[in-house]
Amino acid sequence: MNPYLAGFLLGLVLLLTIYVTGRGLGASGAFKNVIIAVVKSIAPEHASSTAFYQDFDQTNPEGPWKNFLIFEVVGVIFGAFFSGVLGNRVGLKLEKGPRVTNTLRVVGAIIGGALFGFGSQLGRGCTSGAALSGMAVLSLGGILTMMAIFGAGYALAWFFRKLWLK
Amino acid sequence: MGPLAPYLISEEFGLVIALAIGVGFGFVLEQAGFSSTKKLVGLFYGYDFTVLRVFFTAGITAMAGVLLLGHYGLLDTQVIYINPAFIKSALVGGAIMGAGFIIGGFCPGTSVCALAIGKLDALAFAAGIFLGVFAFIETFPHLENLYMANNLGQMKLSEYLGMSDILFGTILAVVAVAAFTGTWFIENRVNKRKPELTPSTRKQYAFAVAALFLVLAIVAFLPGKKDFIQMRISQAERQKTCVFKEISADRLANDIVNNFYELNIIDVRTPEEYNEWHLPLAINIPFDRLLDRQNIPIFNQKIRTNIFYADSDTLVRMACLKAKFAGNSDNMILSESADEFRKLFFESEEPAPGSHKDLFNLYNFRIQAARHMTEMEQTLKQRMAPVKREVVTVRGGC
Repeated sequence: MNPYLAGFLLGLVLLLTIYVTGRGLGASGAFKNVIIAVVKSIAPEHASSTAFYQDFDQTNPEGPWKNFLIFEVVGVIFGAFFSGVLGNRVGLKLEKGPRVTNTLRVVGAIIGGALFGFGSQLGRGCTSGAALSGMAVLSLGGILTMMAIFGAGYALAWFFRKLWLK
Repeated sequence: MGPLAPYLISEEFGLVIALAIGVGFGFVLEQAGFSSTKKLVGLFYGYDFTVLRVFFTAGITAMAGVLLLGHYGLLDTQVIYINPAFIKSALVGGAIMGAGFIIGGFCPGTSVCALAIGKLDALAFAAGIFLGVFAFIETFPHLENLYMANNLGQMKLSEYLGMSDILFGTILAVVAVAAFTGTWFIENRVNKRKPELTPSTRKQYAFAVAALFLVLAIVAFLPGKKDFIQMRISQAERQKTCVFKEISADRLANDIVNNFYELNIIDVRTPEEYNEWHLPLAINIPFDRLLDRQNIPIFNQKIRTNIFYADSDTLVRMACLKAKFAGNSDNMILSESADEFRKLFFESEEPAPGSHKDLFNLYNFRIQAARHMTEMEQTLKQRMAPVKREVVTVRGGC
């Protein structure tokens, strides 16, 4: 799909979201809720004695599962799968740079994911929740986060070029 | 008027909508090619700027839409969620995310997309996100100071720079179009290919850019909903065409005692003045807040007559006009001021002996009405007031 057309459609999805719910899209918050639910079921004593989980219970009386972002991310899985089927792109595959072994790629993905997960909690949102949705409502915090994400990406790109380039 | 949640759709139905929105979100992300890690990191090496194009176009489209809907009063921009600005944590968190992006090759939303179509590296990335989030939660006590530092609240960048939203939005749109053009040249150079653009594509792009700036120009230069109401008010004032239905203090007192359930008595003075003294059973909506979202239903009903009063004749007339142009309710104004009403009923003096019997009747009526009204005020205050609608600011966040 033409990237500008895709962007326009994504913008309409975002606008509809803001119109209906008063808030933008998100992704990393769903990961947080899943973690909280898992910790609460595996180690209930730890959860009930830690301030972070207590605060979460107070601000989310409905519990971690009955949450906008959880349902939205489940929708993302369906939507992306449907689009992949249409474009014949579905299939198990490990995508990586040309000079990288499978192990290195998996390790890199786990480390990158961990950094992104950590950063998204510290920065109150990821590329969708802070940067994209923040830009739509001209949020200072969201736009700062966006500039930090892409600024750091460009600043570090040279050091990690062997992961991606020939 | 949007946003539809939480007034018009329930929490449960909101989850169904979230699912539907997610399907759209995932579909578009996958269609844009965001399920491929090579495409995503291409942004940082200059060989593929798809991410920038999709991302910026989406942001600008939604921004222009929010401005347009807000301009025509279809979306209440006062209550939508603006990500709060905690400067330090935004910058540090963003930098860590940037590192994660270049090392892992995804961001959370795109990794979900990619794992949905079977990418194993995305699965590893998503597992990493869980680890990172868990690490954050468990180390939160040590991070709390950084997390809470430099809070500027729900601040817009336009506010921070002291410009109007539309001016800032226009600047952002210009930057986006410049970035699209610039990266096109960079991409062609890095990939060593000749720039090509068919005339029909060029025409489509020109049309899209023109449409964007047309929307922004409409917001900037054409009158919006608030301007319309203001224009009609000043027009009505100038031409003196508006006929106000007035109600006298005695008549109102009689109505309060006998038909209180048919009235909304609205004090449009300041809360301080209201707290000092107000008419029995009156509610307070300061003039400036009259058209706030939570008050609109009062002007859009046919069950109760709205009766406005203040201390100034002009103020009460302006308030009545605002209500009239905002809805379809029956609106009246009290002929007397608040102060006059108080003196008539609560500080009335007995007529001198030998006065006309009508004066005595009136005096007795007022004394009795005052007594009734005071009693009613005490017993009915809670039931009489319209259900107070809390201003709900939408919570959000990623």
